[in-house]
This record gives sequence, structure tokens and C-alpha cells, in this order.
Amino acid sequence: MSSRIRVVIAKPGLDGHDRGAKVIARALRDAGMEVIYTGLRQTPEQIVTAALQEDADVIGLSILSGAHMHICPRIVELLREHKMDDVRVVVGGIIPDADVPKLNAIGITGVFQPGTPMQDIVEFIRGHVTAKVD
Amino acid sequence: MDVLYTRESLRALDVAHDSPPPGRFPYTRGIHADGYRGKLWTMRQFAGFGTPRDTNLRYRALLEAGGTGLSVAFDLPTLMGRDPDHPLALGEAGKCGVSVMSLADMEALFDGIDLGAVSTSMTINSPAPMLLAMYLVVAERQGVPWTSLRGTIQNDILKEFIAQKEFIYPPRPSLRLVTDIVAFCTESVPKWNTISVSGYHIREAGATAAQELAFTLRDGIEYVQHAVDAGLDVDRFAPRISFFFNAHNDLLEEVAKYRAARRLWAHVMRDRFGARDPKSWQLRFHAQTAGVSLTAQQPANNLVRTAVQALAAVLGGAQSLHTNALDEALALPTEDAALLALRTQQILAHETGLAEVVDPLGGSYCIERLTADLEAEARRQFEVIDAMGGMVAAIEAGYPQREIAESAYRDQQAVESRARTIVGVNAFVATTHEPVETLYIDEAAEREQRAALDRLRRERDAPRVQTALNALKAAASGGQNTMPRVLDAVRAYATVGEMCDVLREVWGEYTELPII
Repeated sequence: MSSRIRVVIAKPGLDGHDRGAKVIARALRDAGMEVIYTGLRQTPEQIVTAALQEDADVIGLSILSGAHMHICPRIVELLREHKMDDVRVVVGGIIPDADVPKLNAIGITGVFQPGTPMQDIVEFIRGHVTAKVD
Repeated sequence: MDVLYTRESLRALDVAHDSPPPGRFPYTRGIHADGYRGKLWTMRQFAGFGTPRDTNLRYRALLEAGGTGLSVAFDLPTLMGRDPDHPLALGEAGKCGVSVMSLADMEALFDGIDLGAVSTSMTINSPAPMLLAMYLVVAERQGVPWTSLRGTIQNDILKEFIAQKEFIYPPRPSLRLVTDIVAFCTESVPKWNTISVSGYHIREAGATAAQELAFTLRDGIEYVQHAVDAGLDVDRFAPRISFFFNAHNDLLEEVAKYRAARRLWAHVMRDRFGARDPKSWQLRFHAQTAGVSLTAQQPANNLVRTAVQALAAVLGGAQSLHTNALDEALALPTEDAALLALRTQQILAHETGLAEVVDPLGGSYCIERLTADLEAEARRQFEVIDAMGGMVAAIEAGYPQREIAESAYRDQQAVESRARTIVGVNAFVATTHEPVETLYIDEAAEREQRAALDRLRRERDAPRVQTALNALKAAASGGQNTMPRVLDAVRAYATVGEMCDVLREVWGEYTELPII
């Protein structure tokens, strides 16, 4: 029997624009997932620690400041160090087209640009993640 | 919204009584009898990116193109009181705004711009005392007396806790810094606008027009009350408080919102605070078109959205206006896009005839009814927040944050269900995806700023910096106004991060309870 998909939603960096993170957190929760929202200004280390403690299947990052090419590689690296390669990382926010393939190449599973429907994100996560079997 | 408004819609309202001509209490129709004929609105385009030198060039271009005021967009490290070499600032210097670390950067930012001839708005909140002090010292060195400086410091910390989230210290010491600036400027920089009470960010975070109006004005009440409690005379400082509202898509509701704001504030200042000077009753405001309404899809459509939103601000009697550029859902604007945004205002001002007449929608059944409804809803919210013990208490309880999060989620659901249409996003979607050229801030800005920071720390008078920082810390720990000590530290070339750090040592940092 599979449990619910567990998602850590995080806002890394200094930016405080949390409308998107909060709306997505709520949409995933309404879709039946277990959602942990870390709150603002989390370092990559704090985010990976939260994912470890919460036994997360997915980390969802919300980044609007343009710092995604600094933050995402660091998170992927930390997941590897902790042997958490099975945790999927998705990122949403203001991500230029040119950066999407670069993010995919370093191991980011999904990149969601402005205007992506919440339902698409829910289905994407369901399609890419099978919740861990208890 | 009703399908039709008639005389019946206004039956219960005493419109004739409450809407005297513009320039008269309660200023529903405007604060000036002659509207824009006396003075056109200020075309103030918010701008900042990269190094101070990069932004200085953009300012000169905007002024040469007919812009009539400046508005500084700082980067995230500056807004959060961190130097660019702090671990949390990794990759952020110069990205979302201009990086200003010390007085040296402020000098470069305004190089060749006469501070006696321009009015400048600075969007800065937690580190507001530091950035204001830098501006004052640049003026001093240009030989411009502080008494002739015109401009605005946002200095609105409450909306940071509610919406924008660029807070450092807990609410109560933060509020004390706000009042320090009010007290200092009232004495020493009398033409400076000391707080720009902002609904813009509250709306962008998902609030409705009614919530924007209510929370913003209730924030204003909190600031006035705090300053009065600190012993300031309301009629000495209140005339320098201004407001900053969003200009969103729903044109008629937005016009009504500005009218309701003026009427509410006039009553609040006269009746709640006993202000006697008409200048204390008059709500002046800046407006910015709604960034959140811009779409990454079909970006040229954003030019049309922005023009309609700017029209609402003009019909509502804004004193100054920023129009967003069409590429801002993707990045900071290119110079061409920023110029087109300014041209949008110039066309409204000079080609449409709108600047000839004051409050042209006044008396419309629809507008008067909407104005009254928004006012009533704001008064209801005032009562809720008063009952909680004021806005700081309401924030600590998470009340406005929760109300806004709820509205944001409902709005997103309306978009998904197509109850609300966004052209190019959930309707009239294009099959092809045209790439747009956007402004790219490379890593050079961060490298340059970090090198400059190292140089500054080596070359300045280190003992003088330390003495000034110690004095600032002592002022913060005690009850003295912090502004004079901040000015000393700025003159010694202390950095924003260093000055904010000594205050962190005194007051600690605020962590909010995440609410979803």
C-alpha cells in the first residue's frame, strides 16, 4: 500500500515573494499530497535537511530572483552527498527559456515557468513520483 | 458588480453631502481644485540593476527622455541589509535591483545628477535609515541643503510583514526605526516624504482591491498612532506621509479605490487623530501598474494592460505614476521596453485630454456606489483590526497574511477554472512561442561589487567605522533617535550589512510563522 506523496516546498535565497510557493503548497495539499512548507530564506543545506527529516519524495523550489543557477546545482549536489538521489527536485518561478535545458541537465526533474496551471504541476508530480511504500 | 447603476443605487448614500468639489474635505474628488492643470503627475519610473554605475546611466537616460522623477530599485542584499559576500546573498548582488553597499555606491549612483533639481523615491524598508542617510550625505557633498531635498523613502515596514516579506527585525523595534526617520526628517529634512504607506505589494501578494485599501490605510493609522505616542505633533509630521497603491485591471473598481482612500484618510486624520491642518487630511499617492497582471506569454499584450491600468491611476488622481514595461514578467526591463513604458504615460498626459479635467468619473452612479462600498468594507476591516489591538497585533496573529493567502488561492482557482480569463494564458493561447530579448545581468556585477567591498574595507578608517558602529548600537539599545548615529556611520563608510548587523545584535531577527 502506498502512502501519500510527500513534498517539501521551499523558498531559497533572500527573496520574500511567497505568493507562488503558498498557492502551490495549497494546491498540492488539496490534491491529496502531504505538504511541508519551510517558509522563507532557507539555505540549500536547510532545505535538504528538511527533505531528509520529512522523508520527502519531492522538493519544490520557488525562485523569482534570478539566482536559480546558483541555488539548484547546490541542492542537487547536497542530495547526492546525502544519498538522496531518489528525491525529485522541481522548480517554479521566473526561469528564462535558456536556463530550462541547463536545469534539466543537472538533474532538476521539472521546471515550471510563469502561467503554468496548478493542475499541470500536480499531474507532473504524480507522473514522476511514486510515493514510498510504507 | 451590478449590471446597471442608477439613482436608486445611491439612495442610501449622502453623495451630494460627502462629495464637495476637489480640493475640499474629504477630498473624494481630489486634493487639488485644479487637478492636473496645476501640476501634472510625476512620471517616476522605478529602476535599478547591476552596479551603481550601470543604474546611473539608466537614470540619465530616463531623465533625458522626459522622466520627471527618479525611483531607486535596490537589489535583494541591500533590501535585506546584507553585504554581497554574505552566504545568503550568493548570486543576488545587482540581480533584482542596484547594489548599494556604502556611501561610495550612493555617490556613484547619483553621479552627475543634481539632487537639488530632482525628486527621488527610494524603495527601502528595513535598512531605510542607512540608505536615507547615504542620500543625505551625497546631497551634503553636492552642496544641496537638506531643507530643499524632495523625495520619498518607502519606510513602510508593516506591509513587509504582511506581504513583501523583506523584514529583518521583529515588528516592534522595526516600528521604532520608522518613527526615528519621521522624527528626524520632520526637524531636518522637512520636504521629504517620510513614509510611503504601500498597498502595492499587498495587492501583488493576492489581496483584493478592498483588502489593499483596508490594510494599507490601517497600516497608515498604525504609523500615525506610533508617532503620536512617541510625542510628535500630528500636524507637523502627517503632511509628509504619502501612499502607494496598485493600479490593477478592473478599471472602475480601481478609480473607486483611490477616491475611497482619499475620503477615508481625510476622516481618519481629522476625526481619529484630531489633525487640524488640511495638509494632514490630504492623501497623496503614487501608483504603479500591476506587475502581477503581466504575462510571460505574448508579452506585447502587457503594453495594453499597462496602458489601461495607468488610465485608472490618472482617472483616480494619482500624484505620481510608474508604468511597468512589457517584458517584466520575464526579467528586469531592457532600455527600449522601459522607454516605451514612459511613453505610455506621456501619451496619456499629452494626447488624451485627460489631464484637463479633475475626477471626470465623479457623479457616475457606478463609481460613487463602488467608492462607498469599498469605503464601508475598509471601515469594517478597521474595526476587526482595532479589536485585535492594532495592526502589529494583527500581524503577529497572522490575520492579514491569512486573508491575503486565501484571496490569492481563490484567484488562482478562478484562473484554472477559467472563471477569470487571462488573454494568452488560459484563453486565446498562441500556438507559437516567440522568443523575447530580455535584459541579462551577468555575474560581473556581483564580482565587481565584491571586489569594491574588499577594497573599501582595506582603505577606510577602520577605527572610525568601529566607533561609529558602537555609537549606533548604543543608540539602538537606548532610547535615542538612531538617525544621527546612522549618519556618522555612513560618513565613515560603514556598509549596509555592518550597520544592520549591529541592530541585529540588539533586536534579533524576525522569523515568521509560515502560513499557507
